[in-house]
Amino acid sequence: MADISTDFLGIKSPNPFWLASAPPTDKKINVVRAFEAGWGGVVWKTLGSQVKNVSSRYSSVNYGGKRMMGFNNIELISDRPLEINLKEIYEVVKMFPDRAMIVSLMADNDRQSWHDLIMKCEDAGAMGFELNFGCPHGMTERGMGAAVGQDPEIAKMVVEWVMEKANIPVITKLTPNVHSVVPTARAAVAGGTSALSLINTIQSVTGVDLDTLVPNPYVAGKSVFGGYCGPAVKPIALKMLTTVAQDELTSRVPISGIGGVSTWKDAVEFMLLGATSVQVCTAAMTHGFRIVEDMCEGLSNWMDEKGYQKTTDFIGKSVEKITHWEDLDINYHHIANIDQDKCIHCGLCYITCEDTSHQSINVDRGNPYNHYEVKKDECVGCNLCMLVCPVEDCITMEEHRIAPDYVNWKDWQRMGLPLNDH
Amino acid sequence: MAIQNNRLTRTEYDLNFADIHPPFETHDAALVEANRCLFCYDPPCMKACPTSINVPKFIKQIATENDKGSAHTIFASNIMGAGCSKVCPVEKLCEGACVYNLMHETPIHIAKLQRYSTEKAMKHQWQLFERKPSTGKRVAIVGAGPAGLSCAHTLSREGVEVTIYEKETKGGGLMTYGIAAYKVTPEFCEDEVNYITSIGGISIKYNQELGVDISVEELQRNYDAVYLAFGVGLARQLEIPGENLFGVTDAIKFIYDLRSNDYSTIAVGDRVAVIGMGMTAIDAATQAKRLGASEVHLVYRRTQDEMPCTEKELNIAKLDGCNIIWLAAPKEIIGNGENVSQLVCDVMELGEPDASGRRSPVPTGETFALDVDMVIKAAGQMPFADMVSRSNLESNNGKVAIKGKSVTNLSQVFAGGDCVNGGREVVDAVQAGKDGAAAILKTIISPDYMIESELKPTFNN
Repeated sequence: MADISTDFLGIKSPNPFWLASAPPTDKKINVVRAFEAGWGGVVWKTLGSQVKNVSSRYSSVNYGGKRMMGFNNIELISDRPLEINLKEIYEVVKMFPDRAMIVSLMADNDRQSWHDLIMKCEDAGAMGFELNFGCPHGMTERGMGAAVGQDPEIAKMVVEWVMEKANIPVITKLTPNVHSVVPTARAAVAGGTSALSLINTIQSVTGVDLDTLVPNPYVAGKSVFGGYCGPAVKPIALKMLTTVAQDELTSRVPISGIGGVSTWKDAVEFMLLGATSVQVCTAAMTHGFRIVEDMCEGLSNWMDEKGYQKTTDFIGKSVEKITHWEDLDINYHHIANIDQDKCIHCGLCYITCEDTSHQSINVDRGNPYNHYEVKKDECVGCNLCMLVCPVEDCITMEEHRIAPDYVNWKDWQRMGLPLNDH
Repeated sequence: MAIQNNRLTRTEYDLNFADIHPPFETHDAALVEANRCLFCYDPPCMKACPTSINVPKFIKQIATENDKGSAHTIFASNIMGAGCSKVCPVEKLCEGACVYNLMHETPIHIAKLQRYSTEKAMKHQWQLFERKPSTGKRVAIVGAGPAGLSCAHTLSREGVEVTIYEKETKGGGLMTYGIAAYKVTPEFCEDEVNYITSIGGISIKYNQELGVDISVEELQRNYDAVYLAFGVGLARQLEIPGENLFGVTDAIKFIYDLRSNDYSTIAVGDRVAVIGMGMTAIDAATQAKRLGASEVHLVYRRTQDEMPCTEKELNIAKLDGCNIIWLAAPKEIIGNGENVSQLVCDVMELGEPDASGRRSPVPTGETFALDVDMVIKAAGQMPFADMVSRSNLESNNGKVAIKGKSVTNLSQVFAGGDCVNGGREVVDAVQAGKDGAAAILKTIISPDYMIESELKPTFNN
């Protein structure tokens, strides 16, 4: 059986699944329950200056009858006294010494505050730190959170303060509320951070109540931008992760991947694109901690099936498979094929291709079932019909190369090859 | 025990006649089901619906919480969409055509979703249609059943004043008087009639029977057009000895009584034989059982392959504990004095295909006897042939003969529904009513006149 244990800069955990810094890691009772359920580690909810929270705090986006496809919050960092948090961290580390205990930090914006906080947390037994440079609401107005993460120079300065004092690994958490995460990532690495994690939540408005006209979440007739997370943000997180994993400087440090991880498959995708561990929050807030069982089993089974002994055998393997558009092979071509034995005649392939794509599917009217066939000469291989088809493997894309040799866009122009004639 | 009423307690009656297809209990449950719909293009369910309800559209509208729009989509095609959601044999119509069947998955619960929107519309009395300005035209309709009501509503929307002549004291036709109570209650039928007529421009005159209180000729004189939708109603006789014994009745009368009176007043035998295997036979058999009969036999001269009812209906009868006897034709009813005591049947076998294409049953020479005290005849309904000939209407084996979809031999007289087709589903009658209205408007307004539903559904373009 595959070994799914993880070594993140010496911080060991029995699996790569950590709970992200958020309400589920706010106090001992939650974290003990999480460890009992089998989570590999936690990033304790951010400690720092005293805050006061409001009610309500969360809102979500439902899609197609499914709840919590996207989730947002306007909660601040831990609103419990620092001493209580430290005492509980100490107790949990004693109870579960084999689990990763990372503590998220967001001190006031001066060197001494950071140094004080670091010392206290190390004394409590923290195995690593995560610097919260990402919180998009509440703290930014006070010059913290995303206000730090959005300015590479400030980020570098704070990382340097931290590195002066910290004796344990330091992970810098990046905000996605920037045009690119790379500049801050580079600044953090230049400042000496031991690792990176991403993404924090994305600023959002999840919706507007059509009766009260007040956006969500509702606080006494008003709302604010909240941090968006959950399954909806995964594709964005994977892209940002890839840019960091591909960068010559930032790829030198390990990365903890965050953003909509709900299943073992999501986790494998993050790991293939460069994450050493993954952090989960919304999925747990949707179903509870028990989801980790399937995450561990699914990962282990997949690794066995693929012949990977340990997670480092596959971490980062997909990073180089994302290239630049102009390096793509223009001679590659594929064409949709409808398996008539599987077709249920729903017509979605036809109507979407006809209305919104390339008019490449033919319909023969029948009663009650129509017959649909791909016009092979017209199909551009866009995948749309395959994507909308509700039947597994009914529409497949079959390779029909235009020519055997690899030719990219730059070659194509250089050789003066013809452009599309339609 | 013989034939008697009041066999059960109030609680038992309530339980036995409770809604067999309960609605979605919550809004969320309807949403989950609505979201399962694939929103097919040129949808098979819509093609399978005689009234061409745009099913994916109304389901999508439930999913987007546009319930008013959803109800409008349904009623625009089928003004009895609420009743049809309870009585349609959807397993052979929309749900039978659902593409999920081809994946061997449960089809979308179309009827249940349709019920969700339409009941909401009725409950809130949403007025979803606006009448066009008055055309000054007046049309008489005979029969306030599904065909008549559908025709009336379509005409009213187009600005025509409609008067319906109905021989019963309530509207709804066979919906009100001829369907099992566990599918639709008489109260629901009344609500539905009131909801349909609430558009205005439709007045129903009750206790007006064609041939007795009114005549076609008189209506022709007093109105711009006449639409005949008087249905069918006579039970087919068995033409066997003993048919007049006490305890022999027909399903139409049995169900009519059941629909018009309290369950406890309806007498039922201890051991009942129901002749036939159509929807009405099933409704009679299951309700006899639910009234407290200890044994109910459904006797049919052919086999399951030829039965007119759907398998789903047959299963209701089986679950109710009815005994099914295939290949048995009633030969004689034997009495003990004046009362039924036995039904003697010929044992049949299947021979050559008949005109309907079904293999016709022929006697094997063997017989058997069932000890019963009640026989309910449900071997089909006969058209009002006398009324057709007395009204000088051209007859098609007793049914009103038509050209095209609804034109009769008499000037300005149109017909549709069961009196033309001999008895089909409610949903077929609703479509007939729309066709009738379209034909009437072409005659009384302009040959080019088109009603909305005649236009090709945009879905198919």
